[in-house]
Amino acid sequence: MNAHDVNAPAPAPNRRETPVSAVVWLVEDTWPAAVDAARAHAPATGEVVLLHVTDPGPPAAAHGAYAGLLGRGDADPGDALEELAEGHAERLLQAAADRLGRPCRTARLAGRVEREVVRAAVGAELLVLARDGERDRLGPHSLGPAARFVVDHAPCPVLLVWPGPAPEAATLPPPPPD
Amino acid sequence: MLPVLLLLVVLAGAVLRPRGLPEAAFAVPAAAVALAVGAVSWDAVAAEVRHLAPVVGFLAAVLVLAKGCEDEGLFTACGRWMARGASGHPRRLLGRVFLTASLVTVVLSLDATVVLLTPVVFVTASAVGARPRPHVYACTHLANTASLLLPVSNLTNLLAFAASGLSLPRFAALMALPWAVAIGVEYLVMRRFFAADLAAAAPVPDPEAPAPPVPVFALCVLGGTLLGFVVAAPLGFEPVWAAAAGAAVLAARGLARGRTTPLAVLRSASPTFLLFVLALGVVVRALVDHGLADVLGPLLPDGAALGELLVLAALAAVLANLVNNLPAVLVLLPLVAPLGPGAVLAVLLGVNIGPNLTYAGSLATLLWRRVVRAHREEVGLGEFTRLGLLTVVPALTAAVLALWAALALIGAPTA
Repeated sequence: MNAHDVNAPAPAPNRRETPVSAVVWLVEDTWPAAVDAARAHAPATGEVVLLHVTDPGPPAAAHGAYAGLLGRGDADPGDALEELAEGHAERLLQAAADRLGRPCRTARLAGRVEREVVRAAVGAELLVLARDGERDRLGPHSLGPAARFVVDHAPCPVLLVWPGPAPEAATLPPPPPD
Repeated sequence: MLPVLLLLVVLAGAVLRPRGLPEAAFAVPAAAVALAVGAVSWDAVAAEVRHLAPVVGFLAAVLVLAKGCEDEGLFTACGRWMARGASGHPRRLLGRVFLTASLVTVVLSLDATVVLLTPVVFVTASAVGARPRPHVYACTHLANTASLLLPVSNLTNLLAFAASGLSLPRFAALMALPWAVAIGVEYLVMRRFFAADLAAAAPVPDPEAPAPPVPVFALCVLGGTLLGFVVAAPLGFEPVWAAAAGAAVLAARGLARGRTTPLAVLRSASPTFLLFVLALGVVVRALVDHGLADVLGPLLPDGAALGELLVLAALAAVLANLVNNLPAVLVLLPLVAPLGPGAVLAVLLGVNIGPNLTYAGSLATLLWRRVVRAHREEVGLGEFTRLGLLTVVPALTAAVLALWAALALIGAPTA
């Protein structure tokens, strides 16, 4: 079952009859790990929601750059980017649904990424996301600004997973000097 | 006062474009009014048009050349090249985006980078499983920052090139170091600014679609055009003819192969934009002749030492951010041309790098756009401005230092 909530304040995924067992936040370069984690850890009852939030930044940057080229007529690449971004999100959600291998719902949102994710997670039993940062050492930073905001403001339990195999414990940064 | 009003009408018309009217629909009547009320004389208009006509011709040739390259599949091939081996390596992709966007901007102008390359970069980033944001932002920034090297890279350069009296190879030699330094600063800042987006990446298999053919013909034409720029002065012809020849060859091939139509070729030259540039030149001329020179004159330094170059570049960047870099450079050039080529190039650094400070290239454009469609562009504005501050200030400072060094090393004898 698929439903697309684009730009939709309502109906948030959790407002449905079926309880939401997990909201899985899919980001371009880490989504397979998040889907795998949902398959392994999402409660068996309830619905899994695969969530992608389109970043409005790239189309906006293209609109802006084109506006800066004063007087160039009607060839704004921002419009093209908006369409491309929609198609990209559709394909990513479809690939994620195929990978999950259990009934799910997909939600394609647009807007401020971190806020949309937090809103979509209200009422869910679990929010699954993959960490950012380097993949060959344990920190020091694991979250980009959007993921940081989501973890800080999550309205439900959060499962944070590595995008790939976790690095060895030896890569832990040394403790700060006393 | 009237010339100020006319310029505001021209700029507002170009940004708002009520009923989808072309920009020239406001600029040409405004120029006519300036002429009718005597704000600018027939002689001045004739001089301005004579001065701008070769620049506009050059611009038309480059626009046709870029479209011809797109028809030949050059941008698709660029996308394929950027993607190869970049899956799972966002930083490698960023490096290639920098290289591609810088070269495209230099040879085919910033228009080509913004209009033709940006969508390709987005598609490429999506295809290799990278977050598109750093790569698209880099592309839009480089359209400005990497447009320093050749006269064809930016309309502002064509104007400054005409005013500087430099030969084309000398222009490029003087701007090479500032160009490389400014791009280097952009790269360092972007790597740091987008560190989180550029770190994690799940490798996805390289797309299995067959690689598109390398557009050998288009690359040869571009190579020939660049060679034409180099040999133009020794052989005694204007560089614009090299660009025109390149554009004509690509257009002829596109027509012969049925890839384009005569109308499409004509449209790719943006005739209404060319008219807009001419009319804007006339309106700005009226403004400069009626008081602006007296207002700005005292603000301008009267030499071309390092401190003065920095002041000129900063002033140009501020003016470009207030109105737009096209009117800014039209206003400043007649005032700084007497100070010599060094001063003209410093102004160019300011008006080319400066627009990255404001999303949409200038405060005026930004405000007007926000009034018209406020809801659409709130997101990203803060981030874009932060990135603009972090890149423009160091890139512009470093580029002026590099220009100063290049002037000292190479000298700037005028042709």
